[in-house]
Formats: sequence, C-alpha cells, structure tokens
Amino acid sequence: MAKSYSKDNKTKDFEVLIIDDCRYKTKLSKKFKNRKKYEPRNPKEITAFIPGTIKDIFVKKGSKVKNGDRILTLEAMKMVNDVVSPVDGKVKKVWIKVGEKVTKNQLLVELE
Amino acid sequence: MSLKDKSNDLRARMRNALKGGGDKAIQKQKAVGKLTARERIEAIVDPKTFYEYDLFVEHAGKDFDMDKKYLPGDGVITGTGMLSGHPICIYAQDFTVAGGSLGWMHAKKITKIMDHALKLKVPLIGINDSGGARIQEGVNSLAGYGEIFFRNTLASGVIPQISVILGPCAGGAVYSPALTDFVFVVDKISKMFITGPEVIKTVLGEEISMEDLGGAKVHCEITGNAHFYAKSEQECFSQIKKLAGFIPWNNTRKAEKFPKKRPKTKLYNIENIISEDPREPYDVRDVIKAITDDSDFLEIMELFAQNIVIGFGRMNGETVGFVANQPLVLAGVLDVDSSDKAARFIRYCDAFNIPLVTLVDLPGYLPGVDQEHAGVIRHGAKILYAYSEATVPKITVILRKAYGGGYIAMCSHHLRADFVFAWPTAEIAVMGPEGAANIIFRKEIAAAEDPEKVRQQKIKEYKDKFANPYVAAAYGYIDAVIEPKETRNLLIHALEISSEKDVKLPAKKHGIPPF
Repeated sequence: MAKSYSKDNKTKDFEVLIIDDCRYKTKLSKKFKNRKKYEPRNPKEITAFIPGTIKDIFVKKGSKVKNGDRILTLEAMKMVNDVVSPVDGKVKKVWIKVGEKVTKNQLLVELE
Repeated sequence: MSLKDKSNDLRARMRNALKGGGDKAIQKQKAVGKLTARERIEAIVDPKTFYEYDLFVEHAGKDFDMDKKYLPGDGVITGTGMLSGHPICIYAQDFTVAGGSLGWMHAKKITKIMDHALKLKVPLIGINDSGGARIQEGVNSLAGYGEIFFRNTLASGVIPQISVILGPCAGGAVYSPALTDFVFVVDKISKMFITGPEVIKTVLGEEISMEDLGGAKVHCEITGNAHFYAKSEQECFSQIKKLAGFIPWNNTRKAEKFPKKRPKTKLYNIENIISEDPREPYDVRDVIKAITDDSDFLEIMELFAQNIVIGFGRMNGETVGFVANQPLVLAGVLDVDSSDKAARFIRYCDAFNIPLVTLVDLPGYLPGVDQEHAGVIRHGAKILYAYSEATVPKITVILRKAYGGGYIAMCSHHLRADFVFAWPTAEIAVMGPEGAANIIFRKEIAAAEDPEKVRQQKIKEYKDKFANPYVAAAYGYIDAVIEPKETRNLLIHALEISSEKDVKLPAKKHGIPPF
C-alpha cells in the first residue's frame, strides 16, 4: 500500500544526506544548501574585516612588513581602523586604492 | 452643566479621540491592506466585549513644538476583552497617530495594561504597528521601551504573551515581541529589524529591500523570530484564536478541556506511515495526526528548522505539546536551529502545565564545520536542559532510529521521561549500523580480501544484534515495546495516570541554561 506522504511532499524532491556512513533519503533545507563551505584562512591575504572605505595605504609592492606593522586604515561605522600585517613578509600586490569602498572579506593586500 | 450636557460633552470628547489620526491617515493605512488598530482589536476579541481605557491620555512631549500637538490616545489603544469566553488584556499601536511612535505616555498606557494582565493573571496580546521611538521625546522614549521589556520578562512564564506584528516594528521595539511567547506575522505587512535598509546601505554599502531584510517570510524561515505566518490579517486573527484554545490562561491553570474526538484514521493510518527502512523519509506530522483528537494539530514555527516539528494537539480532550523529529527534512537531525526551536517550546509547555509527547526518529546531530562553529554544542545543550528541567508529564515514543546523542536528547528515561515506549521498528543504538560496523570492524574490513563483502556482512551482523528496541528494553530504558496501533490508547492512559505528577527540582533561584 502507498505510504501516506502529505500532498506537498513529492518523492522527486528527495536528496541524500549522509550521516555516520548511512545514506538517508530526505529533503535538504535551504539553509543547509546555502551553508558556507569552510575555507582555511590564508595569512598572506589581508582582507577587509568590515565593509568600509580605504583611508590610507602605507605600503606598496615590494614593501617589507613585520607582524603588527600598519598596512592601511579602513574607515567603517564612523571609526578609522588600523589594518595590520598578521605575519612578516613582503608585499606582493596592493589590490585597492585610497578612497575605494570595499566589501566585507574583500582582498586588500597580498603578501609574498 | 446638566448631566445631559456633561454626557454630550463626554461624547464629543470621545468622538474626537476615536478619530485617531483622521480620515486621511486611515485611508493610507487601508490602502496598504491594513486594518485600523481598533478594527484589529474588534476582530480578535469576542463581539462587543472590548472595553477601552486611557482614551484621554495625552502625550508628554515638550520639545520641538510637540506641546502644541494633539495625538489622540497617544497612538496606542489599550483595553480588556474576552477571547473565546476568556478574559484578556490587549493593546494595539495606532499607526495613524504619529506613525504609532512610542513616547512616554504611549509606553505608560502599554505598561499599565501589562501590569493589569500580570496582576489579574490573564493573557496579554500586543499588536505592534509603529515607526519606532518618538525621537522628539528623546530618552523618555527609550525609558518607555525599557519599562515594557522589563514587564515582558516578569510576565514570562506566568501569563501567555502574544505579539502580533502588523506593520513596522523596528529598532529597540523588536525586543518586546522577542521576549514574548508567540509572534504572529503577516505577509507583506510585518517588518521587523534592528537596523533598517537605509542604515545598512549608508554604513555597509549593502542594498536590501525591507521585505528581504525583515519581512514575514524571513522571520518565519530564516531567523526563527516569528512563530506563525499568515497571508492576511484575517488569517492571522484566526490563528491567534486557534492557539488560544490550546493554552491555559495562566501558569496556575491547565488548558481548557474539550470534548474528546477520535482521530481520522481513514486519512491517517498509523500502521501505514513509516517504512521499516530507517533511511526512508515520511512526514512525522502524519503520525501526530494519526493519534490526536480529530487529527487536529496546530504546528508552531512550521517554516523554521523543519527537521523538528513542534505544536499542540489534543488527546482525550486535553492539550498536549508535541515534539517530533521530522525524517522528511535533513533526515530529522538535531542541529543548532532545531535544538533552539524545540528547547523553547519544551520550556513553554513546562511553564504552562502542558504535558509533552516526544516522537523520536533521528540519526543524531548534524555534522559539519558550519554547525560546530555556529555553536551546536551550546545550542544542542538547550534541548537536554529543557527536557531535564521540565516537570510536566513527559512521554516518549521511539518510532524508529534513536542513535547516539540524539537518543539521549529526545526525552530519554535518563532525562526523566515518565514513560518511554518503542515501536518494534525502533533502533536504539550508539549509531547507525553502517557507521558502527566501519568503526568496530575497521581492522577486519581493511585486512579482508573483499573489504566490501566483509563490510556488508559486519553491517548485517550489527544490525541483527543492535538495530532493535530489545537491547535498550533489556536494561529497562524502554518501558514497553508496542505495536503502532496501540500508541494512542497507551499515550492517553499514560497521560491520565500522570495528571497528578508532582516533582520538585532542587531549590534554587533559577538555573543557568545555555542560552
């Protein structure tokens, strides 16, 4: 006899969710499908931690920087924030200009 | 003046106040599909039972020429009425008067009716439709919000508090609904957010519409801030009435008893809903409807964290709170959102003397970096806390899978369920056969000439031995293994004999749940 699924739950919508090596036939929620894939942080890529405007840039291609050196200032939420180098290194490329608006997690400066 | 003159004078004053923001503002309100504040109250309460108070309250603004303005009722209507024959306190913000903005006297009217509700121990319904703080009144407006939040908190768990969002509810204002038990929203009418699209655009450069930021769907599907979604105000009002029928009027009472009805067994045949294969989906709401009176089930937060189902039904005429894993979505796993959703509902039922029936079928907690980083440890802990702390009758039926931490969390005996029943299809084990075989027989499988053949053989061995209810039953963790068709009668019996349950927790000021 047919299983009494509710009307709006058609079998074709089902996908597979694997838990503990077992494959479950089920629907995947929108939130689950849109979840962010984890990517480890690359310390050589300096990104905007908040959306804002670039106020000043203190380095250029080839600049040597030490861990903690000020790389640029980013104005956001009426505050001017120092963005510092997380490692010792040399600037490979500056991706932004003074006055540029940047979004969150946008790549600002790349180190070698 | 004679009495007649004085009465005429009163009537004239009332007419003036009852105009609200005037015809033009009312037309504007109607043009966007909204009822007026008074119409909303009339639509919720029983006919001719609403009595309004503080009609002649005037606002207290002095600065920015506000002292020259007359704001009828200061933009909010408060009063008492009857809902399905029971008394309630109710207020509705009047958007036609200064955009329903909240000034000091507006807040005073609300807190006065809240104080009444708490003192008289009757439910409170708040209808929100307001542009936010009345900026001209400055810090007094903030004080007003604070006084409301404080009372929401005091009343929490004493009287039911229902928030109905029928317009904007922005900035600090959102925290009153957030502190109440049930939030009702209506498509295209409700808007809730802390910072609106304008601010987000100027500060962050991100563009988003009001609807996408904090519309009804968003709060029902994504944030979990709202509990009931309606297409129209009328639908919303009937949802409120339906909910009111299931809950008691304060925390010293039980929900009203209704005449008992049999489930619609032709539509919901309990023997024909689940597949014995634990990997196959089904709609657990069909199981609930197969055992509730008249197959009636009022689902709460239907669109949020659909991998768990919560809501009210009746058994033998009495309200029962159901918590059920939903194999239809994400295989019914527990995760951050579903734990949060279930935990709050369990605490609601416990606060208001509503017995809990838990239906179990889950593979465990959802794996993933996003879940771990979103705090599945502390959110998952909420459900353990809520079940352990609850002293209302707690009855659990294990339908199929109850694996690992999920078995413990879903109101097991270890969290003091009063009764745990299991269907013959139940599998109570530390994990599913596939995963368990892969761990226990890892070396044997790896060393085998045909690893896949050995793996399947080991999975079968594990399944035969452990994928059943009898191992747990042998330890007394299951009180009875029952046939599905016995479920309703046994639940009714268990609920009946638990009706005088009296459990006292250790004396304490309050616990510290993992909020």
